[in-house]
Amino acid sequence: MSTELIIAIIITIAGAATPILLAALGELVVEKSGVLNLGVEGMMLIGAVITVAVTLTTGNHLLAVVCAALAASLSSLIFGVLTLTLSANQVATGLALTILGTGFSALFGQPYTGKDVPLLRSPFPPELATDPIWRVLFGYSPLVYFALIMVVVVWWFLQKTRAGLILRAVGENDLSAHSIGYPVIGIRYLAVAFGGAMAGIAGSCFPLFLTPQWVERLTTGRGWIALALVVFAAWRPFRLLAGAYFFGLMMIFEIYAKTNSAFRVLPSEFWAALPYLATVLVLVLISLRREGSTAAPACLGKPFVATG
Amino acid sequence: MTQFNRRTMIKIGGAAATLPLLGSRAFAQEKLKVGFVLIGTPDDNGWNHGHDRGRQEMVDAIGADKVETTVVTNVPEGPDSERVFRELAQQGHKLIYATSFGFGDYVHKVAKMFPDVKFEWATGNATAPNVSLYNAKFHEGRSVIGTISGMMTKTNKIAYIGSFPIPEVRMGINAYAIAARKANPNVTVKVVYVDSWFDPAKEADAARALIDQGVDIITQHTDGPAALQVAEERGIVGGFGQGADMSAFAPNAHLTAIIDRWGPHYIKSVQSVLDGTWAEGSVWDGLASGEVEIGPYNAKIPADVVAAAEATKAGIIDGSLHPFAGPIKDNAGAERVAAGDIIDDGEYWAVDWYVEGVEA
Amino acid sequence: MQLRLEKRSQPSQLLRVVTPIAAVLLTMVLGAIVFTLLGYDGVGAVREIFISPLVNSYKWQDLAVKAAPLIIIAVGLAISYRANVWNIGAEGQYIIGAVVGTGVGLATNSMTGWWIMPLMMLAGAAGGAAYAAVPAFLRVRFRVNEILTTLMLTYVSVYVLNYLVFGPWKSPTSMGQPQTVMFSADQSLPYIIPGTIVQLNAPIAIVVALVAWLVFSRFVFGFQIRVVGAAPHAARYGGFSADRTVWLALLISGGLAGFAGVLEAMGPFGRLVPQFPTNYGFTAIIVAFLGRLHPIGVILAGLIVALSFVGGEMAQISIKLPFAAVGIFQAMMLFLLLASDLLVRYRLRVVRPGEVPA
Repeated sequence: MSTELIIAIIITIAGAATPILLAALGELVVEKSGVLNLGVEGMMLIGAVITVAVTLTTGNHLLAVVCAALAASLSSLIFGVLTLTLSANQVATGLALTILGTGFSALFGQPYTGKDVPLLRSPFPPELATDPIWRVLFGYSPLVYFALIMVVVVWWFLQKTRAGLILRAVGENDLSAHSIGYPVIGIRYLAVAFGGAMAGIAGSCFPLFLTPQWVERLTTGRGWIALALVVFAAWRPFRLLAGAYFFGLMMIFEIYAKTNSAFRVLPSEFWAALPYLATVLVLVLISLRREGSTAAPACLGKPFVATG
Repeated sequence: MTQFNRRTMIKIGGAAATLPLLGSRAFAQEKLKVGFVLIGTPDDNGWNHGHDRGRQEMVDAIGADKVETTVVTNVPEGPDSERVFRELAQQGHKLIYATSFGFGDYVHKVAKMFPDVKFEWATGNATAPNVSLYNAKFHEGRSVIGTISGMMTKTNKIAYIGSFPIPEVRMGINAYAIAARKANPNVTVKVVYVDSWFDPAKEADAARALIDQGVDIITQHTDGPAALQVAEERGIVGGFGQGADMSAFAPNAHLTAIIDRWGPHYIKSVQSVLDGTWAEGSVWDGLASGEVEIGPYNAKIPADVVAAAEATKAGIIDGSLHPFAGPIKDNAGAERVAAGDIIDDGEYWAVDWYVEGVEA
Repeated sequence: MQLRLEKRSQPSQLLRVVTPIAAVLLTMVLGAIVFTLLGYDGVGAVREIFISPLVNSYKWQDLAVKAAPLIIIAVGLAISYRANVWNIGAEGQYIIGAVVGTGVGLATNSMTGWWIMPLMMLAGAAGGAAYAAVPAFLRVRFRVNEILTTLMLTYVSVYVLNYLVFGPWKSPTSMGQPQTVMFSADQSLPYIIPGTIVQLNAPIAIVVALVAWLVFSRFVFGFQIRVVGAAPHAARYGGFSADRTVWLALLISGGLAGFAGVLEAMGPFGRLVPQFPTNYGFTAIIVAFLGRLHPIGVILAGLIVALSFVGGEMAQISIKLPFAAVGIFQAMMLFLLLASDLLVRYRLRVVRPGEVPA
C-alpha cells in the first residue's frame, strides 16, 4: 500500500467515524449522569433535517450546526420532562423519541428532499487540504476536528472539573448526591440537553460532508451504533475515540472485503454483518477483563424521584 | 390528483358497509381513476421519481378531464402492499400500477379478487388475465455509459455500486463491463453491493473507499445521487445519473444519465383502458422505443467519446449491436457465450455470473 | 419545586386502565391541533387514522392481520420488561424465527401431512428463543448489556436472511429473483373467515395473550414482581434468581417473537423474501408499553397501533397525509401514556396553584 492510499483510507475512516463519535460523546455524558437515552437516532435525524433546512435557506453552515444542536437539544428535553420530572420509563421514552424524530424529520424535510446541500469543507487553505500528504492533517471537515476537540473537553470536564465530579456522583449514587444537596434532576436535565445537542451536531455531519442531501432516514441506524459505542468504550472518552475510529475502519473494511477476491471465502453478508458482530465480541472482551464488576454508572436507567 | 372531501369519504364508507367484505364498488363516474403504488417517495431522484414523472406525462397527454391519479408512497413490499392494492381497487381505481418487483405476490392475490380492475406490475415475471407486466431494458443504457467509461478512465479502474445481486443489477454490470472493455480492454470493474436500495451514507462510504483505491469512474444502481456527490467532491473523472438526470448534484462529475421514461408506456396503457382494448401482456422495451433515454452529455466529454457513445446507442436502436453479443467469457475465464451468439431475453434472467473484467 | 409527589400505597388500578385510553384520546385531540397548525387537514387526519378503519367493516380484517404479529411479540416483550430485561431486538428474533421455520418448510415442501404446520411453528419459536439465548448467555455469563446485544444481533439477522434468500434458498423458478419457493397448502396458514384475509394467526394471537395472562399471573409474573420489587439490585446484578429471570425473560420473548415470525412467513407472506423485516419487532415495543405490559392490554394496544397503520394508509390515499404522520401520532401516544405513568404510582399535589415546573 502506498502512503497516499493509507492517507486516503484514514480520511475516509475519519469521516465515517465522526458522527458516531459526536453522538456517542453526548450519550456518554448523559449516561454518566445516570440516564439512558435511546433516542439518539431520532435526535440525529432532527439535527440532520434542521441542518439541511438552515443551510439551504441561509447558506450559513455555522448557523445550521448551531440550529441543529438547539433543535435536537430541545427534542431531548421532551425526553427529560418525561423521564426526569415525570419519572417515566427511560427505555420506552427514548424509543418514542426516536419514532418522533424519524416522523418529524420525514415530514419537515419534504420540501428539502432531493436538493444539493453545499459541502462544509476543510477550513485550511486548499494547498494544504488537498495535498496528497498534508491532507492527512488538514483535509477534514471542521466537524471532524470539532469531534476530536470534544473528546478532550468531555474527558477534561468529567475527570478534572468539580462539575464533572458532581455529574459522576449523581450517576453513581443519586440518593446520596441528593442528600448532600446537589440538584440531581437539574444536573440530569443539563446532561440530557448536552447529549441532545451533540446528537444534533452528529446529524449535521450527514448533509454537511458525508452525503450532502436530505432524504428520509438519512442517518440509517448510526445513532444505535453510537449507543453501542458508549458501552464498547466502557464510558471513557478516549476509548470512545478509539472505538469510533475502529468502527469507521470496520465500515470501510467491508467495502474492501467485497472488492477483493481474497475475502470471497466467506459470503459478502458476513463482511457486512462483521461490524455488529465485532461490537458484541468487544463487549464480551471488555467484560472479561473486568470480571465481576461493571463499568456502567450505578444509577444508569433508574428513575430518581425526589419525594416530599 | 384525487382530493377526497369529507362527503366523498362518507359515501365510500356507507357504500362499503352494505357490501360483502371483499366486494368491489364501481363509482358512477366519467374519469378513469388510476393508482400508482411506490416503494419510496417521488422525490428520491431515482426510481420512484421516474415513475411519478411518467405519471405526470401521462396525465398531461391524456388530459386531467379524462383521468385522475392517486399515488401511494412508502409502501413496503409485503403484505402491507396487499392492503393498499385492495384499498385502491375498493375506492374505484380501475388501473393500478405496482412499480416494484416485490409487490408481485400481492398484485396477483388482489387481482383475483377484483377481476374488473387492471393491474400492471413493473419488472414482474408472471401475468394473469388482468395482470400485465412492463419493464425497461436499462442494460441497453449501461452499454452506452460503459463505452464512455472505457474511453475516459485514466486509471483503468472503474466501479459499480449495486443494491442487491438480482438479475437486473447483475446484467447491468455485465452490459457495462462488456462495453467498457470493448472500448478499452485494460479496464476492470469493481463491484460493491450495499445491501440496500437506499442507504446514502453507505453508498457514499462505498464511493469514497473505491476512489481511495484508484477508481476514477463510478456508476451506481441504487436510488439517489450519493455516489455522484462524492465523485464531484473528490474531483474524479465522473459518474452517471441513475434513473434521472442528476447533474444538479454533480455538475462536473455527472457525465450523462440513464433516464427512465415510463411516460410513453403509461400513456399507451391508460389509453387502452379508456378504449377498452387493454389486454394481458408483457412490455420490455428499451432505447428504441424511448423507455430508456441517455441524458445530455457533459461538456467535458471529448467529441470522439460522444461519437462512440452515440454509435453504441444507434447500434442498439437499429439492432446491429446487441449488449450481450458473444464471444463472452466469465470472470473465471470460461467461455459462456460463443461468437455469433447472444444472451437473449429469455436467458437473461438465468445469468448468475459476471463477465470477464468484473471484480465482485 | 411547586409540584409535590406522594407515593400511593398501592398503584391505582383504575388509573392503570384509564390512562392508556386517555392517552389515545388526547393524542387524537393534540394530533388534530398539531397537524392543523402544520397546514394539514388535522381533523381529517384523525378521522382517517382512528375512525375510518373502524366504521368500514371491510377494514376490520386488515386490523386483525396487522395486529396479530404485534400482539404475539408484545406479549413476550411485556413479560421481559416486567422482569427488567430489556430485549429490544425482538425484530431479529422475529426474523430468525421465520428463517428457521422456513428451513423446516423447505425441507418438507414436497411432503404432505397435518404435522408439517405445527413443526414449522415449533421450529420458528425455537429459532427465536435460540437467537435470544445468545444475549441471555452473554448477560448472565459476562454481564453484557442485553439492550445492545439484542439490537446488534438484529442487524446480523438481516444479513442471515439475505444470505439465505439470495443464495442457497433462492427458488429455482424465480427467474433469479431472491425469494424462496411458495409454501405448500400444508404449510400455509388456513383462512378462518371465508371471504376475508384473516388467517389462523389472528386467533392464535388472542390465545397467546390469554395463555400468557393465565399462566404468568399465577407463576412467573408474581415471581418477577417480587424479585424486582423487593430487591431490584439482586434482580439486576446478581444472584441465582436474577439469572434465571434473565434466561426466562429472553427465551420467552425471543420464542414468541420467533413464533410470530414463522406465522407471518406461513401466513401473509407465503414465502421468505428479503423484504420480510417490516419492523414489527420494534413496533411491538410501543404495543407492550401502551398495553401496560399486561397481556390483555397488549391485545387492545396491538389493535390501536394496527389501526394507526391501516388508517395512516387510508389517510395517504384519501386526504394525502404523508405517511410520516403516523410515526408522529404513535410517538405522541407513547409519550402521553408514559407521562401518565406517574399518576398511577403517585398522587400529584400542586403546592402553589398555577405554575407547573417544566
